[in-house]
Amino acid sequence: MVEANGIHKYFGHNHVLRGVDLKVRKGEVVVIVGPSGSGKSTFLRTINHLDTPDEGWVRIDGELLAYRSAGSGKPVALSDATLSEQRRQIGMVFQQFNLFSHMTALENVMSGPVHVLRTARAAAIEDARNLLALVGLDDKATAYPDQLSGGQQQRVAIARALAMHPKVMLFDEPTSSLDPEMVHEVLQVMLDLSRQGMTMIIVTHEIQFANKAANRILFMDSGTIIEEGTPAEIVNNPRNERTQKFLRLVMGGV
Amino acid sequence: MWDWETFFHYLHSFYLIKGAGVSLALSIGAMAIGLVFGLIAAMMRMSRHRLIRQPASFYVWLFRGTPVLVQLIIIYTGLPQLGITLGVIPSALIGLGVNEGAYLAEIIRAGISAVPRGQFEAARAIGMTRTATMRIVVMPQALRIIIPPLGNAFNGLMKTSSLASVISMEELLRRTELLIQVQFKVLEIFIVAALYYLILTTLWGFVQQRLEAHFSRSVTASSRSRDKAPQVRLNDVVLSHDAT
Repeated sequence: MVEANGIHKYFGHNHVLRGVDLKVRKGEVVVIVGPSGSGKSTFLRTINHLDTPDEGWVRIDGELLAYRSAGSGKPVALSDATLSEQRRQIGMVFQQFNLFSHMTALENVMSGPVHVLRTARAAAIEDARNLLALVGLDDKATAYPDQLSGGQQQRVAIARALAMHPKVMLFDEPTSSLDPEMVHEVLQVMLDLSRQGMTMIIVTHEIQFANKAANRILFMDSGTIIEEGTPAEIVNNPRNERTQKFLRLVMGGV
Repeated sequence: MWDWETFFHYLHSFYLIKGAGVSLALSIGAMAIGLVFGLIAAMMRMSRHRLIRQPASFYVWLFRGTPVLVQLIIIYTGLPQLGITLGVIPSALIGLGVNEGAYLAEIIRAGISAVPRGQFEAARAIGMTRTATMRIVVMPQALRIIIPPLGNAFNGLMKTSSLASVISMEELLRRTELLIQVQFKVLEIFIVAALYYLILTTLWGFVQQRLEAHFSRSVTASSRSRDKAPQVRLNDVVLSHDAT
């Protein structure tokens, strides 16, 4: 479903991704953990080309993203319009929610279908209402983002991404800027999604959530994947020393 | 001695009212030109390509760095020497408009860059093109930030338009001066002119209030955002403009 191959990324002289590979099957939930600065968020952002990889490529359902292979020669970059079209298949949820602040919750959820997919307004409204109900916010349709709590905003943001009926959902530290009492409501929505078979790639520090929801956990450090395995393997029995150290820290050990 | 009779006589002088109308029309025209120039220059200055950025930066630097009065005189009296002869009205419109555009470019650019980066990213992530992102997500939010300084700019422009009198544009100030040449009631007639300007800016103040209320309906923007909105820069723009 999602295939990333040999992803490299530089910020100036800083080599933040050093050849990252990832294959995600349909319906699989992959959680990426690792210390801050390990490149995990950057990697997630290269999957939908929000950050353009300097090397490597991404395929969604076999379709090469952002480039068209030109026979034997170098791949040709696609136009902004075509890349935008490809991005519709990939939903993304951000740490800072990034709800459009001049739109209500309902308008936020409708924005993709109406402005990108050109869905008829009535149909888009109905779909958006259903999605708001799905994330438990049907009573907040007319609220503006700044009238919502962080947890509510993030749930609207999830609904907004789902409104495009994406093939895969990317979550970039979705609970990291939430107050502790709101983390649960967002994780619950994500857990429901995973149970409905949504393909998900999640960058998070919530190890307990990863343990419960993930099919596979990847541990990243210094721009590469150091270790990967099932939650049981990674959480309970990490082999790599850096993984062990990181898990001790995030799980509150001393 | 202050002469009330002269004062009241010219207070409803059709000659001066028409002058005020010309001032208003000139300001609106120059503002329209300024908005076009300002929007284009703002977009150019935010380009990733240096060759697109630099001409716009040069334009802003040149027109903000020289007095609009000098610009007007060069356009009207200087350019004919190069074979470019413009009438009074085109000279005034172009001079004021192009000058205004340099200031508006900065206001517009500051407004757009005050929209948090995350808004842009979220729009791109749901599949909006760059153009759609600007139109649907960035501009409506930038407008909310831009409208107040834009309104102040127009207020300033209505007063700056009086400089066109120097190139013999028959707007309010020029007509006032012409009247004085035959009437010698300097204080009375100038006070009337001042009152007309005051009426224009006051009426505009009401319009501006309505506009601001309209565009801030959907509240928020930068106040709650974690991304720092460059409010200070906006103020700088407004202040430096008032100094012209």
